[in-house]
Amino acid sequence: MNRRRPGLRSVALLIVTIVACASAPALAASGAADAAPWWIWPLALFFVCFVLGIVAVPAGVGGGVLFVPVVGGFFPFHLDFVRGGGLLVALASAMAASPELLRLGLANLRLALPLSLLVAASQIAGALIGLTLPAPLAETALGTLILGIVALMWSARKSEFPDVAAADPLSLALGINGLYYDTARRRDVEWKVHRTPAALLVFVVIGLIAGMFGLGAGWANVPTLNLLMGVPLKVAAGTSSLVLSTTSSAVWVYINQGAILPIVAAPSIVGMMLGARIGARLLHVVKAVAIRRLVITMLVVAGARALLKGLGLWE
Amino acid sequence: MGIDRTTEEAAPRENRNRYASPEELRYARVLQIGARVGLAMLIAIFALYVSGAIPPLVPLASLPQYWSLSAREFVAATHHPTGWAWLGRIGLADIAILAPIAFLAGVSVLCALAVLPRFLRRGDAIHAAILVLQIVVLVLAASNVLGTR
Repeated sequence: MNRRRPGLRSVALLIVTIVACASAPALAASGAADAAPWWIWPLALFFVCFVLGIVAVPAGVGGGVLFVPVVGGFFPFHLDFVRGGGLLVALASAMAASPELLRLGLANLRLALPLSLLVAASQIAGALIGLTLPAPLAETALGTLILGIVALMWSARKSEFPDVAAADPLSLALGINGLYYDTARRRDVEWKVHRTPAALLVFVVIGLIAGMFGLGAGWANVPTLNLLMGVPLKVAAGTSSLVLSTTSSAVWVYINQGAILPIVAAPSIVGMMLGARIGARLLHVVKAVAIRRLVITMLVVAGARALLKGLGLWE
Repeated sequence: MGIDRTTEEAAPRENRNRYASPEELRYARVLQIGARVGLAMLIAIFALYVSGAIPPLVPLASLPQYWSLSAREFVAATHHPTGWAWLGRIGLADIAILAPIAFLAGVSVLCALAVLPRFLRRGDAIHAAILVLQIVVLVLAASNVLGTR
């Protein structure tokens, strides 16, 4: 809050760490993988996920959206296992964060329930489609999607307290409204929502994409809740986490199809969650804008890698 | 999870019940316990797996031969169980680790079951119906009736 320089130093440190962590897998993926002992990979995965966890929180993105393109692009694991790991990373992180958010009114159950239902249903379809896609097609689509997410992150506005003139009839019927304590204003904030039917349709598409690519869905949930429905930004972020924590249907599909590899999933979950703890503390030290730019750069590189790999231009 | 600490100071503790309904508090409690239990089990079984204390289906040293295969090819090459058949081979470390993963994936059903009676008692038929539908969808996904191959 009152610091200026530490932000730059922290970002520089993070860049060095990321390059160091990412370079070993990248080098090995280009040919030395066969010579490396098996334990190098889960260890490298743990450290990379630890770093991703650190940057994900200040950047305001979920771990899943970083995990799939980065690990899919620079580790030797098949995309099926990476997507399964990505879904688990997103699920576990959201499960850890959501209880406290619920208690503080920053996640709303009545808002999350109808969205979770639609996301859970469409995730099943997405996961089944995703697991039947040939790897080059899945990688090409993933790369295109990641670059699209970058464009969304770069251009999307945010509204701390959106103006909702009147709640729509469906949200009134579902009792979607709430109250939370805002630290900046130092007072309670009441909120209500509009355009609920349109948002429900958007969440069907979000679930489909999340299940197909194992990305989690915070990157789409938050703008939809905030900009379309008019949910205050903090409640949108908290409720997005709650929706992620309640939609495990795609994980079941991956378990049932043998697409969860413990050597990928376990170190990723632990690394990401430990990193997220550090990331939360860095919130007060680093400049969120700088971290966000760093994450966007990582996503551009990883998205381009997935796209070029899918097209057979960068093996 | 980091958000916990950040938001910990956000609302005065004594006023917390103002911001969350009884259903939300109950949901949060079950979710928190489920997440902690699932993660503790995951870490413990993974430690047993990589330490070699329990034999796996696929030896760790052989894994690099298989992890670049698609899930379908992996299952065919290693005879890895699909659907719920993993329960029958739970004595193997890399299969046993599916237990905490399945538990984590099932916690949302426990949460829904924990708050459903409260919505019913209150006569909130809409949210009770949504919860029942959500349980049905998750059980359908878990049952593997849609995805066996």
